Order: sequence, then C-alpha cells, then structure tokens
Amino acid sequence: MLELRAITAGYDRRAPAVRDASLTVAPGEAVGLLGPSGCGKSTLAKVAALLHRPDAGTLLVDGTRVRHWRHRAPRALRTAFGVVFQQPRLAADPRLRLADLIAEPLRATGRREDVRDRVPELAGTVGLTTDLLTRRPHEVSDGQLQRACLARALVLRPRWLICDEMTAMLDASTTAALVAVVEDYRASTGAGLLAVGHDRTLLNRWCDRTVHWDAVTSGAAEKTGGGEPAGHVTR
Amino acid sequence: MADTTVEKRRTTAAEPAWRAHGTARRSTHTLRLRVSAALVGVTVLAVLLVPPLVQLDQQAVDLAAKLRPPTWAHPFGTDDVGRDLLLRCVYGLRVSLLVGVVAALTATVIGTAVGATAGALGGWADRAVMRLVDTLSSVPHLLLGVFIVAMFRPGVWPVVISVALTHWLSTARIVRAEVLSLRSRPFIDAAVSGGASRWRMTVRHLLPAVLPQAGLAAVLMVPHAMWHESALSFLGLGLPTHTASLGTLIQGARGSLLAGQWWPTLFPGIFLIVPTLAVAGLAGVWRERINPRRRSELML
Repeated sequence: MLELRAITAGYDRRAPAVRDASLTVAPGEAVGLLGPSGCGKSTLAKVAALLHRPDAGTLLVDGTRVRHWRHRAPRALRTAFGVVFQQPRLAADPRLRLADLIAEPLRATGRREDVRDRVPELAGTVGLTTDLLTRRPHEVSDGQLQRACLARALVLRPRWLICDEMTAMLDASTTAALVAVVEDYRASTGAGLLAVGHDRTLLNRWCDRTVHWDAVTSGAAEKTGGGEPAGHVTR
Repeated sequence: MADTTVEKRRTTAAEPAWRAHGTARRSTHTLRLRVSAALVGVTVLAVLLVPPLVQLDQQAVDLAAKLRPPTWAHPFGTDDVGRDLLLRCVYGLRVSLLVGVVAALTATVIGTAVGATAGALGGWADRAVMRLVDTLSSVPHLLLGVFIVAMFRPGVWPVVISVALTHWLSTARIVRAEVLSLRSRPFIDAAVSGGASRWRMTVRHLLPAVLPQAGLAAVLMVPHAMWHESALSFLGLGLPTHTASLGTLIQGARGSLLAGQWWPTLFPGIFLIVPTLAVAGLAGVWRERINPRRRSELML
C-alpha cells in the first residue's frame, strides 16, 4: 500500500506546487492521475518515488512512514520504486551507452554479476535490438530512448512503478508497446502503478482507476474509489 | 505546388548568406587555431629538445663578452656576466612553462574537488565552502601568493604551491555552478531512484559532465600561472636569481635597460608574451567550440 496523506510540496515554501494532496495506491493496483499541466502532479509523483521531500504531510509505504528522501532514504526503499520520466533526453545520462544506462542501477547497487543476463533480457522485453545497446542517447530516437529508460526502471524489479507522463512524447504504436510492457510486468510481479498524465482516454483504458487532480487536493480521491472522476475535463 | 516552389527558392536563397557568415567565422577560428597551435608546438619542442640536443652550458660565464648586443655568435646577445641569452631564454621558458603547467593542473584539481563537493553536498556544507571561497577571493591573490612564497625558501615548488593555492577559486566556482545545474536534471533523479550513492552520483554522472569545463579552465590558467611566476620572480620572491626563469631574467636585466642595453629585457619579454598568447589563443578556440555563450563567465 502506497499512501500519500495531505502532502504539501514544492520548490518555494511560500508558493507550494502541491497543496494538501492525498492519494492511495493499493498493492497491484494501477492508478491514473489526471490533471492540467502545471498543477503539480509531477511533483506529487516525485514525492511518491522518494525523490522530493515534501514540506508537510505523510507518505506511508506498506504502513511505514517515510522519514527520509533522496540519498538519505534507505537504498532498499528507494529502489522499490521504478521511475519513468516524461522526457527521455533529460532522464538519460548523455555519456552512457544504452546498455550501461539499463545496467546502471544494477552496478550502483552492487549486482554486477546480473548485468550480463538482465540487460539483454530487458532489452528484448522493451523491444530494443542488440545493435541499439551500444549507441549513446543522442544516436537513438526519443521512442527508443524511452524504451531504454523503461528497461532501467524495471531492472531492479521494483514493487511500485511511477510513470510520469511516460508516453507524452511518443507515437501511438510506441505508446501501446510501452503500456503493454508495463502491464506484462505488473501481471507477472503484482507491482503497483501510479501513472501520471493528461491523456484521459489512455489512462482510463490503462488503469484500474483514474483520479482527477481536483479530487486529489480536495480529499475526494479516497472516497470516489473506482471509475471515472465526475465532472472534470482535463484542460 | 506553386507554394512549395516558392518555399524552396526562399530557402536556397537564404542559405548562401548564412553559410558565408558561418564560413567566415570558422576561417578566422582556423587561422587562430593554426597559428596558436604552431607557436605552442614550437615552444614545447624548443623546451624539450634544445637542452638535451645542444650541449652548451647555460650557466657558462664569459666575462670577456659581457653585455654584447645580438651577433651571429649570440643571436640574443649576452647578459651582464657574458652568458648566452638565447640559451638562458630557452631554459627560462622551460622553468616558467613547468611552473605554469604544474600550478594550473594543481589549481584545477583542487578547484574541481572543492566545487564538486560543495555542489554535490549542497545545504550548509555548500554555503560554508562558498563563503570560504568568497573570503579568499576578497584578498588580492598576488598579495596572498607573496605571503605564501614568503613562508618557504626560494625555489620552484614554493612558487607552484603559491600559484596553485591562490588560483583554484574560480575553477571551484565554475564547477560548483555546473554541478548545481546538473543536480536538478531528471537523469540525476533517475540515478538516485536506481540506488546510486552520493559518491557514485558525483563520480559517475556529475564529474564527467563538468570535465570539459574544468579542462578548459586548466588550459586558460597556464598562461596566467606563467605570468604569476614571472611577477613573483621579478619581485625577487619567486625563484632564486641564479635559476633562469623568464621572471628572473627580466628582473636581472632591469639595471642594464637604463644603460641603453635593450636585449636582456626584450627577448625574455617576447619569450613570455608569445607562448602565453598562443596558449590563450588555443584555449579561446576551444572555449568557443564547447560553449559559445559563456565567453564572459570563463574569463580568468
């Protein structure tokens, strides 16, 4: 269970990007978070993935309150979240070849011996051919790079996936392929998903439940339960 | 159909002007690059090859031939004890270049380490380190350098230490600013989420990204460090007077300049100016290639 309770977060305490937001993702559940651009949903996703310390509020992971964020968070807890970002160009270190990009979390957590098996396996899963693995980010397309970023997010077998506008930069067929990869992974591991986006058609089809940002910040997200949020059109 | 032809014509018409502009800029770059590279090459070859190949003693005193103007036997003339000035200049350049390169590299290593640490740690550690940098920057660095050399016996290493310890500040600032801007990028978030420690984040992702900037700062600092060596030696605080360096040569020739003997000052002066301009020219081309917008920020 991933529970965000009354989270206030941002980059300036006087004008927080997120004010009083609450959201729950049950184990194995896929939750879609819809909202207009600039509303703070990416910031909330970063809080959920332990990448941004909130100014107020509580984050509970499996009932345990999270007290530390970023480097201070225990490594096992940090790596329980696989994060995919909106822009693969910014989310990939420009100096690493795609194979090293995917292998980086394994090397960072001292599992070098897994690199040889896991990297080709994951490349196959996300649909990257072997010749692409020796290229650097500027030598591949956005879609190919996002596939590599998804592979990197899955390489440590996270219990939660946080997809922040994962498909916003991609065409329809790549979107469908990446969503299928995420769903296969969830079906085999029972991982939870928080998908942030503004494409309500996609999120409604992809997720068990979609929540609109207004419901998150008014506290209604916990009451509405399933189904489509009423009355709001994403701007 | 008509529209597309008009569009096409427009782009082809616009292209030559744009190209011509680009080529003009590039050709001045190329000229500067070639001249600078040739001068640096000649300098390096001279200081590396002349001492072992030419079996002449730069310390050889010939009191019968003191303060001779340039002749075929002594192309740069002789100094006040009859030593050949061409040979003295080459040996002096060797010492000055060594001091410049070692001091610049040391300063860059210190600056990069301090800047990267401050940027990667952030928070109070960053503030404390940068206030220290501000404090040191507020003292004129030649004065600080004089203070440092004064603590040791004259020699090459005190000068290197003095120049290195007063010149890492600007590199530290550049590296810290780069690290801070990189730290907020999503690829660093991805590394944190992938379990990277602070150390791994810094060494694997941040330092490789700032290395070109730091390398450029190091090259730009070589001529600056050479000038500092000369300034300290000229003030009589740097190298001992019997060690030929461009600074000690110019210092020793001060008296004869007033007597109308121009060659003991002019030639070491040229030897100081030409290589420093050449190195600065090379660094300038490099700087504009890697970062055309930051000319003013990297002025050292």
